[in-house]
Amino acid sequence: MLLVNCPYCGARPEIEFRCGGEAHIARPVQPSALDDEAWAEHLYFRTNPKGTHAERWLHVHGCGRWFNALRDTVSDAFTASYTMGEQRPDAGKEGE
Amino acid sequence: MAPTTVAQPYRFAKGGRIDRTRPVHFLFNGRTIAGFAGDSVASALLANGVHLVGRSFKYHRPRGILSHGVDEPNALLDVSRGPGRRDPNNRATMVEATDGLVTRSQNHWPSLKRDIWAVNDLLAPIIVAGFYYKTFKWPRTFWHRLYEPAIRAAAGLGLAPTEDDPDRYVHRHAHCDVLVIGSGPAGLAAALAASGSGKRVIVADEQAELGGTLLHDASSTIDGESAEAWLAGALAMLRAQRNVTLLPRTTAFGYYNHNHIAMVERLVDHPAPGSTALPRERLWQVRAKQVVLATGAHERPLAFADNDRPGIMMAESIRVFLNRYAVAPGRRIVFATSGASAYQAAADAKAAGLDVTMVDTRPEAGCGVQSARLRALGIEVLTGHTVLGSVGRMKVRGLIVAPRDATDRIGSRRTIACDAVGLSGGWTPAVHLFSQSRGKPVYRDDIDAFVPGTSVQAERSAGAAKGTYDLAAALAEGWRAGAEAAGLDGTRSFAVSPPTRTGFTPARKLPTDVDASRVRAFIDFQNDVAAKDVELAVREGFESVEHVKRYTTTGMATDQGKTSNMAALGLVSDALGRPVPQVGTTTFRPPYTPVSFGAIVGQARDALFDPIRTTPLHDWAVAQGAVFEPVGLWRRARFFPKRGEDMHAAVARECRAVRSAVGIFDASTLGKIEVVGPDAAEFMNRIYTNAWAKLEPGRCRYGLMLKEDGFIFDDGVVARLARDRFHVTTTTGGAARVLAHMEDYLQTEWSNLQVYLTSVTEQWSVIAVQGPRARAVIAPLVSGMDLSQEAFPHMAVRIGKICGVPTRLFRVAFTGELGYEVNVSADHARAVWEAVYESGRTFGITPYGTEAMHVLRAERGFIVVGQDTDGTVTPEDAGLAAMIAKTKPDFVGKRSLMRPDMVAADRKQLVGLATQVPQLVLDEGAQIVADPRAPIPMKMLGHVTSSYWSTACGHSIALALVSGGCARLGQTLYATTPTGFAAVRVVEPVFFDRHGERVNGDFAHA
Repeated sequence: MLLVNCPYCGARPEIEFRCGGEAHIARPVQPSALDDEAWAEHLYFRTNPKGTHAERWLHVHGCGRWFNALRDTVSDAFTASYTMGEQRPDAGKEGE
Repeated sequence: MAPTTVAQPYRFAKGGRIDRTRPVHFLFNGRTIAGFAGDSVASALLANGVHLVGRSFKYHRPRGILSHGVDEPNALLDVSRGPGRRDPNNRATMVEATDGLVTRSQNHWPSLKRDIWAVNDLLAPIIVAGFYYKTFKWPRTFWHRLYEPAIRAAAGLGLAPTEDDPDRYVHRHAHCDVLVIGSGPAGLAAALAASGSGKRVIVADEQAELGGTLLHDASSTIDGESAEAWLAGALAMLRAQRNVTLLPRTTAFGYYNHNHIAMVERLVDHPAPGSTALPRERLWQVRAKQVVLATGAHERPLAFADNDRPGIMMAESIRVFLNRYAVAPGRRIVFATSGASAYQAAADAKAAGLDVTMVDTRPEAGCGVQSARLRALGIEVLTGHTVLGSVGRMKVRGLIVAPRDATDRIGSRRTIACDAVGLSGGWTPAVHLFSQSRGKPVYRDDIDAFVPGTSVQAERSAGAAKGTYDLAAALAEGWRAGAEAAGLDGTRSFAVSPPTRTGFTPARKLPTDVDASRVRAFIDFQNDVAAKDVELAVREGFESVEHVKRYTTTGMATDQGKTSNMAALGLVSDALGRPVPQVGTTTFRPPYTPVSFGAIVGQARDALFDPIRTTPLHDWAVAQGAVFEPVGLWRRARFFPKRGEDMHAAVARECRAVRSAVGIFDASTLGKIEVVGPDAAEFMNRIYTNAWAKLEPGRCRYGLMLKEDGFIFDDGVVARLARDRFHVTTTTGGAARVLAHMEDYLQTEWSNLQVYLTSVTEQWSVIAVQGPRARAVIAPLVSGMDLSQEAFPHMAVRIGKICGVPTRLFRVAFTGELGYEVNVSADHARAVWEAVYESGRTFGITPYGTEAMHVLRAERGFIVVGQDTDGTVTPEDAGLAAMIAKTKPDFVGKRSLMRPDMVAADRKQLVGLATQVPQLVLDEGAQIVADPRAPIPMKMLGHVTSSYWSTACGHSIALALVSGGCARLGQTLYATTPTGFAAVRVVEPVFFDRHGERVNGDFAHA
């Protein structure tokens, strides 16, 4: 079971959380301005990196807050967790 | 139960760690076995001269006790501790001898000594590895009916218990700074070093006593003390420290992510008087900052013909039985070894007064120092010998040996008479937990073993688990590991005398003087896998060790190959001519040793297995004899049968009451969320398809919610209580996910909106009063509210009092009738319900359940999300296009509704179905086709989503999702039935009160 670091509560076991998939996918301000392809891209297409992955997590059985975390998809190691709206800590280094 | 004086002919008069003041008696196959507290069942059996304890898995060969610990492959017993307290496949070496145990051997018929399945042993040349796969392939249907049942009857382990388990099992979560797994020399040294830091230390060991190999080390001194005295001192020091938790009888069986270790502690299996109040086992889930793995090593047997006779055991295990349990496994013992450690066992056996012979496969030059020392004790030592076989049947009577030269030419045979044999083929570090931690074991050629490689998690290995077999080195390594784990620096050396005898020459299969391909030299005792089976698998093309494992079954079952894996690996390596590291290891998966289901389940059984939610009105429904159904975690009253009524009759009566008079229904399970804040209306606008800005406080609206993909997610009536306050209702099953969905958008997309969401599902109970007389029923009870049609129309909400307690009174009608939903606080729900019920008696008020509710709503064509929708249904598909506010620039899901596939004409759309035979009620889920005579596979047009008998209509009704359904009105289609097809006509999905006039009930008729 993973140990997930909630930026509000600290490290807690994985069963208190729900993972919400890839982070930093902002909802378009004006969805109607997007063509079908761009909207489908927003809706359905996600990266699937081997290595560091920014994910949304919800501390559902704790403080109820959403936050973001960087997790290595190979080792499951968390390298950072940060509040919504904060920039990705390794911004510019994520490659790919 | 037993005589107090049962002879223990193989027990020494003194010595050992057993408590001779506490005799114990238990039964083995009906025979009384005497032992002492501190004995294992295995040591007590041996003290009584019992070696034969089981029949092997496949060939039903007589088998004895091989080892002294968790690696035991043979001595698997069925153990009963009383009624309901029986389970199979217990390792006799790990079960503590306690009074009253009833133990039995397994896998034989009719008895252990006369087992008819032993015929398999004669058939061995035929039933080689892979025999089943090659033979029982056809006819196909025979596998389940004949082959598998027959094979299972002949092979296998013990029988699963069938009774309820009366014992209790519990779970515990713990945190610590340093978790030390294993309490042998390295583990104890680690614990001592770490404990000095004051940090929280947990020491877990699978044995009943802490100490590991120190428990049977009669020869070493550590820092001038005997090993026994040093151990006592170390344990006393650890026990004296408050920051140290010592857990004997605790097996760490799983090493998971982020230093999460699962352990099982056995509590009442051991002989502690008066401990029956304790749970039987406790599952520990430990989150450790640092882990020290001091899990030791397992000894390997030697492979030669008939190396599996009872009485043939591990050399080190003989030493354990001698020194720890004061038991002589035999009086004339032959040790056969390819390494040094057995020499200590031989010396200890000699010191105990037993007749000892040593056979070493290594040439004299390779073991001269050791053999000289042993010869000085008067022991015959045969170096440069091989073992060709053994004699005896139910027990070994002799070992056949012969000299071998450097080219493996075999000299003349000699049979050494004996009643026990100690084998030592070297050692295999227990890297299981390290491997589970995702670390990769690396091969060390000098000790022919895989040892822990680079750590992946915060752990370190020490001692024999790391291939360090020398006692002084293991202690120092353990100390250093413990100190480092606790964040201390510091090393310590230990003075050990005499030096540990280490080193061995790997021997995969001993050379023989007969055709090697006919020799059954067992490597995996539990699965009856011989060396030649592994070689056969390789010859047949299985090169991957994972494939060899599955083909031969080596390394499987309860012992997971603890004694055999390295032998199998070595044989594959030799057969392929590839070095061991290139062959690799099989994967070590949790659990390290078998774990009872009870420990894993813990207290989550019976009523706690799956929690049940009930409403405050539940007990009333129970008292009325309601029949319940599960809805999510809730239990809801499905119908209220009167004497002699079946469901059909009860539901028909309940429906009639609602349509003609009044019914009362517990709708408390509805999800309720309060949406509050200056931006509440804006938030509602974005999250629902409907427009909310113009909804006046005091009014309700049916709200429809989509996910971003445009499909219906949830629905429910929403009341606006004030400009900045909405009372949202959701489906019963959707409450939690709707709140999560709202929170997600609020927190992550629209964090600038000032809105607060609160779940109030449990706070508000809902009493639905539905039917033409609903108003008359509640009118006498309410205050502060005008119930007239003008003041309180359909889809309005008022705040006032009912029975003197606050209520949010909704005028809504999921039944299509005049109706109210009385929201009151959960504490008052029962009292208000009873008052309403009492008030309704003169009108014939009838409690109705979810089944009638479904019929009533389906008659009006109201959908249930999750029943009439399935996550692929758009508002338009469901006939709810009117719920979409065209004027809103955006809401969740809006953009998706314009995608080309979302407006295709052949989408499945909600329609009604009228069966040609009015009495026929279709099956929900029945498939719909255009032409039942079309060739199979025929095109499915859709399926029935809701189907009921409608008393109000006098015929069956059904809702269905049908491809292009709206354009098919009037068409005849066919729905599948259990016996064929039924003709149905596509109709509008409204069957009753087509224009929705009945919601005004008695007002309309007033």
